[in-house]
Amino acid sequence: MSSTWMTTRAWLLMLPLLVVMVAVIGWPLVDTVGLAFTDAKLVGTGGNFVGLDNYTNMLSSSNFSRTLVTTTLFAVISVAAEMVIGVLAALLLNQEFRGRAVLRALMILPWALPTVVNATLWRLIYNPEYGALNAALTQLHLIDAYRSWLGEPGTALAALIVTDCWKNFPLVALIALAALQAVPRDITAASLVDGAGPFNRFRFVILPYLAGPLMVALVLRTIEAFKVFDIIWVMTRGGPANTTRTLSILVYQEAFSFQRAGSGASLALIVTLLVTLLAVAYAALVRKTAGSAA
Amino acid sequence: MERKSLAFTIFIHACALLLAAIILAPIAWLFIMSISPAADLAAKPLRWWPQAADFSRYQQLLSTAENSAGAAFTASLRNSLEIAGMATLAALALAIPAGWAVSRTPAIGWSLSMVIATYMLPPVALAVPLYMGLSHLGLLNNVFGLALVYLTILAPFTTWLMKSGFDSIPREIEAAAMIDGAGLFHTLRIITLPLAAPVMATSALFALLLAWDEFFYALLFTSDQRAKTLTVAIADLAGGRVSDYGLIATAGVLAALPPVLIGLVMQRALISGLTSGGVKG
Repeated sequence: MSSTWMTTRAWLLMLPLLVVMVAVIGWPLVDTVGLAFTDAKLVGTGGNFVGLDNYTNMLSSSNFSRTLVTTTLFAVISVAAEMVIGVLAALLLNQEFRGRAVLRALMILPWALPTVVNATLWRLIYNPEYGALNAALTQLHLIDAYRSWLGEPGTALAALIVTDCWKNFPLVALIALAALQAVPRDITAASLVDGAGPFNRFRFVILPYLAGPLMVALVLRTIEAFKVFDIIWVMTRGGPANTTRTLSILVYQEAFSFQRAGSGASLALIVTLLVTLLAVAYAALVRKTAGSAA
Repeated sequence: MERKSLAFTIFIHACALLLAAIILAPIAWLFIMSISPAADLAAKPLRWWPQAADFSRYQQLLSTAENSAGAAFTASLRNSLEIAGMATLAALALAIPAGWAVSRTPAIGWSLSMVIATYMLPPVALAVPLYMGLSHLGLLNNVFGLALVYLTILAPFTTWLMKSGFDSIPREIEAAAMIDGAGLFHTLRIITLPLAAPVMATSALFALLLAWDEFFYALLFTSDQRAKTLTVAIADLAGGRVSDYGLIATAGVLAALPPVLIGLVMQRALISGLTSGGVKG
């Protein structure tokens, strides 16, 4: 069979997917790029060409810079915490103890819980009048009076980060555990014979095996955390006083609440660019790590 | 073998208990709230364990009496099932041929890489044109419209999973069948697709979970019982003026039940999909 025919046939089989992807992703993306040069409203006729005004207005607004800082804080702190707690949990699950299989099975629960249900659950836990957190801390005499965890600028973002971590650290743990189980037993045994302490053993013997899979988890989690919308919308809608407003929430407000489609589109493209830069930087990093670990 | 001291064993068990508590406490509390009488949940000090289990909220939410909380909830449950089901079937119909083609013809692999790269795109980058397009086609607040939009998420993911599935089926098996005179589509039907059945099942489960979990597009593109999904219905409950927190918790338990059961039963397949595919996520 000729290879030209093979390739043609392959393209034919690809075609339905490509057509649908162009219709639901390609065209909307191109259209967003076009919209970003206009002052179009969400409904009604297309707006006027305004050049780069949307971008310059957006980039110079204090809303944007504040939101970028909030998003970065959310992404960096929650992903860092998920990585650390995830690896610690994986090291624990790699030990032998009774009930290990059950505990491992439980790890799938937060991952399987729908994001919106997770956000709703924690919103109830943080409730200022009847929430379990207030009740528990009061009964343990750690606080004197009930607090509005999601209603105070000082605690709202931290409360959201805890919620995100609880759902996502088990996934990191499962990925790290799979990598740990690939570490050959005789290598850890040899390092023991050589007298390596637990920290050196982790740093020099085990970590190289973890580096690759963890990098991948880090990339994907960071990109997702940067795009975060669901839990913030359900728990605080960006409040109080916009202290938990992330970039995706800002785009939503601009394009859909205020119906400024053009300006919202420019902001969405700025977010897309930032996420792409993150992904490219990480891809380079992953290649480097994979090279040094091999 | 490493010898473990007693102190170390105790330490490990203590950590295991702590981890189990961290995972289980919030989930257990969600369930307890759903069966606690409203008075217990509003009591100070809070009553952590209900005096009598009260399952009436489940009955309330699953009843289909008109204009009840149950009617809105069951409508959204049905919408979620329909949308997730349709989107999953459509995604597989696109992913199976495409995944096979890329697996057997690496020359076109770059096209799949492009499709997968769209995973990075924040949904907000597509939302405005999709909104205008759906509105133009009369597909806003419509289960078909939302299922179509969900292909942006489901199709790249399932194609990637199917491609890695086909990669692990030796092409020599197909070649042998074809030498015996079977045509390509006959070969695929009797040899390749049966061998790929487990991967198809895993892809379908992932697709269902992703569609069940989706919130952003559903929030934007649906507005009432005709198409609102479960995630939007729950967010409405959580953000609304519902005074009975137990009712919100009950809706959460019901929405979480299908994916949690799938997660527990299928965990081996899901974990291997997540980790091998940690590569993709």
